[in-house]
Amino acid sequence: MRRAIDLTLNGVPVSVEAEETENLLQVLRGRLGVSGARFGCGLAQCGACAVLVDGEEKPACDLEIAAVEGRAVITSEGLGTPEHPHPLQAAFLELQAGQCGYCLSGILVGAKALLDRNPDPSREEIATALSWHLCRCGVHNRVLEAVALAAKRLREGAPA
Amino acid sequence: MIPGMLAANPRLDRWVSFEPDGRVRVAFGRMEYGQGIATALAQMAADELDVAFARLRVVPAATGEIPDEGLTVGSMSIEFSGPALRTVCAEIRGLFTAAAAARLACAPEEIEVRDGAMLRHGQTTGLDYWSLAGDVDLVRDATGEAALKTPERMLVIGQSNARLDLPAKLFGAAFLHDLSLPDLRHARVLRQPSPHASLLSLDEAAVRRAVPDVDILIDHAFVAVICETEADAARAHDAAEVAARWDGVRAMDPALSEPAALKTLPHQDFAAGAAPAGPSNRRRVTATYGKPFLSHGSLGPSMGLAQYRDGKLTIWTHNQGVYPMRALAARITGLSPEAIEVIHGQGPGCYGHNGADDPPIDAALIAIRRPGRPIRVQWRREDEFGFAPVGTAMVMELAAELDASGRLVDYTAEIWNTPHTGARGTAVAESALAGYVPPPPPPQRLMPDGSRFSGGLLNATPSYDIEATRTLEHVVETPIRSSSLRSLGGAPNTFAAESFIDELAEAASQEPLAYRLGMLGDPRGRTVLMRLAEMCDWTRRWEAGTGRGLGLAYDRHRGRGAMVACAAELEVETEVRLVRLWCACDGGLIVNPDGARNQLEGGMIMAASWTLKEQVKLGGPGIVSTTWDDYPILRFDEVPPVEIELINTRDPRPFGLGEVSQGPVMAAIGNAVAHALGTRIRELPFTREKIAAALLA
Repeated sequence: MRRAIDLTLNGVPVSVEAEETENLLQVLRGRLGVSGARFGCGLAQCGACAVLVDGEEKPACDLEIAAVEGRAVITSEGLGTPEHPHPLQAAFLELQAGQCGYCLSGILVGAKALLDRNPDPSREEIATALSWHLCRCGVHNRVLEAVALAAKRLREGAPA
Repeated sequence: MIPGMLAANPRLDRWVSFEPDGRVRVAFGRMEYGQGIATALAQMAADELDVAFARLRVVPAATGEIPDEGLTVGSMSIEFSGPALRTVCAEIRGLFTAAAAARLACAPEEIEVRDGAMLRHGQTTGLDYWSLAGDVDLVRDATGEAALKTPERMLVIGQSNARLDLPAKLFGAAFLHDLSLPDLRHARVLRQPSPHASLLSLDEAAVRRAVPDVDILIDHAFVAVICETEADAARAHDAAEVAARWDGVRAMDPALSEPAALKTLPHQDFAAGAAPAGPSNRRRVTATYGKPFLSHGSLGPSMGLAQYRDGKLTIWTHNQGVYPMRALAARITGLSPEAIEVIHGQGPGCYGHNGADDPPIDAALIAIRRPGRPIRVQWRREDEFGFAPVGTAMVMELAAELDASGRLVDYTAEIWNTPHTGARGTAVAESALAGYVPPPPPPQRLMPDGSRFSGGLLNATPSYDIEATRTLEHVVETPIRSSSLRSLGGAPNTFAAESFIDELAEAASQEPLAYRLGMLGDPRGRTVLMRLAEMCDWTRRWEAGTGRGLGLAYDRHRGRGAMVACAAELEVETEVRLVRLWCACDGGLIVNPDGARNQLEGGMIMAASWTLKEQVKLGGPGIVSTTWDDYPILRFDEVPPVEIELINTRDPRPFGLGEVSQGPVMAAIGNAVAHALGTRIRELPFTREKIAAALLA
C-alpha cells in the first residue's frame, strides 16, 4: 500500500510517500536524497548499505521502508560533517583509512554501533563486529586501527 | 628526452595554468580511483613549480579538459605520467623565472621561487606566477629540456600528504553512483545470456504488467527497459528476464573452471629467450602451478550515465580513462569522437578492467535510441560478477636445471593463459547489436627492448642471475570474457616461480633465503631481501611440518621495476590462518610514503585473498559464481597485521607500486603453507579441500 511513512533520518523527522514494501536503500538514495548507504550487492552480503536503525546496524538493501516507520535511521551523513566530523570520521582521515572508499560509509556506521555498545573493543572485537563488511582494496588494518583510535578519543571525552 | 606522455600532449597550458585567484590549475590524464594518484601527481606538480600544495586545483577528468594519457593502468602513473607532469612544471618554472629576471634586469639564476613568489637573493620582488602570467605564453609546446629537481631539493615529494579524494568518501555523496541529474531516467539492459545468443521473443505484455509505463527498447538482441525510478527499472528487468526466450545460449562446461582445462583449448604458441636446452647430465626439476579465473570483485557494481541531445553524446563514467571511453563509444555508436564528451566520476576500486566500461556504453546505446533525457544504468551485483571481464586462469609448467653445486643455471617457464588484456576496448553490449563484427585485435605491443609484450610473460622468469632462461607461452582462446586484472600475469608468475625456487632450494639441500641470495647479485635486491629476513626474524624458522609455517619470496617487478620481498607466517589446520605478513620494498623515489604503504598493503591483502579463497566458477551460460557467497574474499577477522618497510626512498627514479606486492606475498604464503604442512600445494586457491587432498596424498 502506498502511503506516507514517517521516520527520523539522521536526527530529522521526515515523511516519505512510499509503497510499504519499497526497499529502504532505494528510498534513502532516491527520494530521501542521502548517499551514504551504498548499493553493493542487494543481498545483505557486503555491508556497503549498512545503516543504523534505532542504534542497531542493518543492511538497508534488506529492509522494507515500512520496517523503519517511527524509528531512527542513521547513515554516514548522520555521524558528522567535514566541519564537525564524528571521531570515527576524524580517525579515518587521520590514518588515511581508505582507498576507493566505497565500503567506508557502511563500515563507519557499523563501527559506531560497536562503539556505542563496547567503548573499548580489542582488535579482535572490532574485526568480528566488522566481519560482514567487505573491503576489496585491503585497508582492513587501517580501518581496525582507526576504529580503535576513535574509541580512545571517545573514551577521552571527544564529542560524538 | 621528452617523456612519452608529454610528447603526446606537448602544450604546456594543457597541463598547468595560473588562475586569477592565486591558485594553480593542474590537469593530468590519470584517473583517480582510490589509489591516490591524483594526490601524488599534484605533489609532483607543487614541488616542481615551488608552490604550496594547497594552491593546486586538480582539474576533474573529462575529455577536452585534461591531457590524453590513455588508460590508467599497469602501475605506470608515477613512473611515466609523473615525469611528464614534472617536466612541464619545471619548464614553466624556468619560463617564469626568466620572465622575472627580464623585468628585474638580472640573471635568471638569481631568481628562486617560493610558494609561487619570485625571490631575488632571498628578497621579495613583488613578482609571482600570477603577476607575471601576462609575460609568459603557455600556449606553446614543451621542449622537455628543463631539469627536474634532484631528491635533496624536493619539498613536497616524499611527504605523506593526505589524499585529496578521501574526505568526500567519508561524509556521504562522493561517487558517480551518487550523481543526480535533472530529468533522469533509469534503465536496465536485459543481457544476452551469452555472446551470440539471439532473442527469439519477449512477452512485452508481461513486462508491462509488472510496470505499466515501462519504455521497452528492442534492437536486435539489445533489450533495455527504461523507467522513471530505479525500483521500476529493476522490477521491469526482473519481469523481462522471465518473459524473454533466447536461442543459441552457450552451455559452459563447468570443468573449464579449472586451470588445467586451458590446455584443452585452441591456442597459439610463442617461444622466447634462450635456445632449447640440449641434453645435459645436470639435475632437472619440474613442477606445475595453477591459478584459476579471478574476479576483480569491485565492491560497488559498475554504473554509468549517458545523454544524447542535438547530435551530441555525453557519457559519465568511473572507468580507467575518458579518452579510451570516447574511442570505445565512437566505435560502437558510429558517432565521431568530436560528438562525444566523457566526464569522469569516482567509482569503486576496479583493479584493472572490471565492468566499469560497460554500463556507460549500455546507457549510450539507449540514449542514442531515446534522445533527450539522461539515462542511468546501474549494474546489479550478479551483472558485475557475471558479465564483467575476469582475470585469466593460468598454468605455469616450470623446469629447472641445477649445476653440481645446486645453483639454478637453466630455467624454462611454459605458460598457458588467455590474453591478459583480451577484452580491452570492447563492451559486453556490442555483441547484441545487429551486424556485430568483433573488433580487430589491437596491434602487438612491444616491450622496451622490442620483444613481444604479453601480460602472461610478466615476471615469467625469476629475478636472479640465471645463465639461460626461456619462455614458451600458449595463448589460449578464452572460454569467457577475460581482461586485465591487477598485475596481469605478473603476480601468478611470481607465485609459481618463487614457490618453485623454494622447491629448488630443497632439491639443492639449501636454506631458501641463502639459496636466493646466492643467485642475487643486484645490491638493491639483496638489501631488500636481507631487510625482509630481519623484519620477519627469519633465523627463528623451525622444522617443516608442524602446522605453523614461515615463508618468503622476492622479485623485481617485471624484471625492471620495484624490488619487493614478502614473508608470511601462518597456521594450517583445516584452513589457512594468516598470522602476519611482511614486506620490504625498494620502489625508488617515493612520492607519498603513506600512499605507497597503502598500495603495497592493499595489494598484499588482495593477493592473500586470491591465494586462499578465490575462484570464478564457470557453468550455465557463463559464470555461475555471481554472489559474494559464491565468491568469498578475505574478511576483517581473517586479515593479519602487516608490516611494511620502504627502502632507498630518495633514489631519483620512482617505480610504480600498485601491483608489485601481490606476487611476492602469494609465493610467501605458498612457501609458508608448504613449510607448515611439509608438503606443497601448487594450485590456487588453498581451500580446505586442497589442504585435505595435500595431506592425504
